[in-house]
Amino acid sequence: MAKRLAAVVGTGQTHHTSKRLDVSMAGLCREAIDRAMADAGVDWPDIDAVVVGKAPDLFEGVMMPELFLADALGANGKPLLRVHTAGSVGGTTANVAASLVQAGVHRRVLAVAFEKQSESNAMWALSIPTPFSMPVHAGAGGYFAPHVRSYIRRSGAPEHIGAMVAVKDRRNGARNPHAHLRQPDITLESVQASTMLWDPIRYDETCPSSDGACAVIISDEALGGSAAWIHATALRTEPTTFAGRDQVNPRAGREAAAALWRQAGITDPLSEVDVAEIYVPFSWFEPMWLENLGFAAPGEGWKLTESGETRIGGALPVNPSGGVLCSNPIGASGLLRFAEAAMQVMGRAGEHQVADVRTALGHAYGGGSQFFSMWVVGTTP
Amino acid sequence: MPDVAVVGFAQTPCVRRTTGTTNGVEMLVPIFHEVLTGLGLTKGDIGFWCSGSSDYLAGRAFSFVSAVDAIGAFPPITESHVEMDAAWALYEAWVKILTGEVDTALVYGFGKSSAGQLRRVMALQLDPYLVAPLWPDSIGLAGIQARLGLESGQWSERDMAEVAARSRADAMSNPHAQFAGEVDVEELLARPYLADPLRSHDCAPITDGAAVVVLAADDRARELCDRPAWITGIEHRVDSPNLGGRDLTTSPSTVAAGKAAGADGVQVAELHAPFTHQEILLRQALGLGDEVRVNPSGGVLCGNPMFAAGLGRIGEAAKRVLTGEADRVLGHATSGPLLQQNLVCVMEGRD
Repeated sequence: MAKRLAAVVGTGQTHHTSKRLDVSMAGLCREAIDRAMADAGVDWPDIDAVVVGKAPDLFEGVMMPELFLADALGANGKPLLRVHTAGSVGGTTANVAASLVQAGVHRRVLAVAFEKQSESNAMWALSIPTPFSMPVHAGAGGYFAPHVRSYIRRSGAPEHIGAMVAVKDRRNGARNPHAHLRQPDITLESVQASTMLWDPIRYDETCPSSDGACAVIISDEALGGSAAWIHATALRTEPTTFAGRDQVNPRAGREAAAALWRQAGITDPLSEVDVAEIYVPFSWFEPMWLENLGFAAPGEGWKLTESGETRIGGALPVNPSGGVLCSNPIGASGLLRFAEAAMQVMGRAGEHQVADVRTALGHAYGGGSQFFSMWVVGTTP
Repeated sequence: MPDVAVVGFAQTPCVRRTTGTTNGVEMLVPIFHEVLTGLGLTKGDIGFWCSGSSDYLAGRAFSFVSAVDAIGAFPPITESHVEMDAAWALYEAWVKILTGEVDTALVYGFGKSSAGQLRRVMALQLDPYLVAPLWPDSIGLAGIQARLGLESGQWSERDMAEVAARSRADAMSNPHAQFAGEVDVEELLARPYLADPLRSHDCAPITDGAAVVVLAADDRARELCDRPAWITGIEHRVDSPNLGGRDLTTSPSTVAAGKAAGADGVQVAELHAPFTHQEILLRQALGLGDEVRVNPSGGVLCGNPMFAAGLGRIGEAAKRVLTGEADRVLGHATSGPLLQQNLVCVMEGRD
């Protein structure tokens, strides 16, 4: 049975920074939503349903905040869904919104994801001890550093690869007016001189903690302007820990990617995908996910980074927006990747636009590298 | 578009307190086993998994992440989660099946309310800037709603007690119920108020529990069960959170969802009404006449596992079709303060 067509027809995002003290949660969401609706040229009566995504409620200290936000989200009298799949949630939110159109249930859906981390303390929210679970108490960086170290050992990648990713993404972010961190003058030397936080991850190789939101309008038809047609979506999950689990190159990610490429009719991702927005919260995850996604063979991902192929102008520009390394409102970070992929396809990425984009990847992951969500968007249905 | 049906349902006993963790694993493993073996399925046969739960109820971030351990999700699975009652996870799974990507889905919800002070926890659903700092607890708010209905003549305290008495009598045939028994309305009315005008029998109990439903499409559903409960309409809507800005004696979101889902002509309705007056309100909103059998399970007044109870209503309603007791049924779920968000699922048997 054929799915209905679905396309992104508008995107919007906030200015991201560490503390958006000028807006409430509602104001933050509306900043992104109003921009997405203007970009799509739609108004509230055009929206059939609203899908909200964000990471743990403890990040803001509000239980199911979409309930109190229903007015601001324009959801009154409409269907409202709230998705939560850890760090991958922004991507899953886009996929759920897409499925509502692809299933023929709705014609136009608003997907919005946000995090206002300054309302609370994310480190505290992530560190509540729970029975029968090994306490890490190290935040995300401490959790992922051993995976990075393991990747370096397995692949034989030189130590400067992580710093190269940081330089590329922060310089890309300087071209993005919404980015939290904009560092046009960053250098390999300055990254390598920054404080070591969780060996081998340095301060400049780490994502910031941001307040921000992102919104996209998904429609069953183009609305006058350009559209980013959704060619494929994929979700996969595996448990956090079990004996023999490959946390460097998780099977859930590999299987999600394989399903994604199959659905999109892509046999050689490196040559057929023109730009990729990949969830890279710590620099080394660029080469790790290039391998997990099938852009490079295991152990070879760092070579794409080192040869400059992941820069704007390279064979596969990765994170021309600056990515998670430049802005990380956790719940929105995945949707930002998906929206940036759509912006590239629609030719609306401004100063960080990659030339001649026909096909783009949006990617997000969450939990202990165990939740994956992805989509492929393109210029034609 | 495929036709989608409920083909299986299982639930834990509703109990005041369990000894397990707040991530639900101990409650979920037995009911996954029950529902899958009942259908002759293994976890590998399930195309899509979707769950509903709340981190605030669990008192920790990412409680659903550990719940995935109950599945044994390796090889990896296609899975999603809503921070809502699992009835909305069922909705997401229904949509997933409509896309044609999968032909089976397993939906689960869990809640261990005994882990915290439920009345206070639920206050955190309110506007965090203007309302929640006053800590209006969930029973106090329901009392305001009940009072408005009493004063407008929409229901009486006797009407409310009769709902409680009927529910507990019906729950005598439900082995999963937390409360059941013959109670006298006069005796109930003689009891003291818990939060005037609500007495304890007007309020759903604090419950630990979980529920699971299996959905399947077309021929797959017919293979798996003799009499699938075909979903003919499933709709949900949300109302304004502004408690002073909406008429609390009705539920516009329920009215709209019921109309869109086609609630007419149902024989049995399982309504997610955590307070006795809310059952009366929901009956009116859905236009259910006296001929409709409401909450034959005893409803959530006899066991209310948060984030699983709405899914449980759909499961209980579907059960009447699966067993051949009814041809057309309705399951309802609610979420948010004072019936803010509502879902209606209408199902029928086809012989």
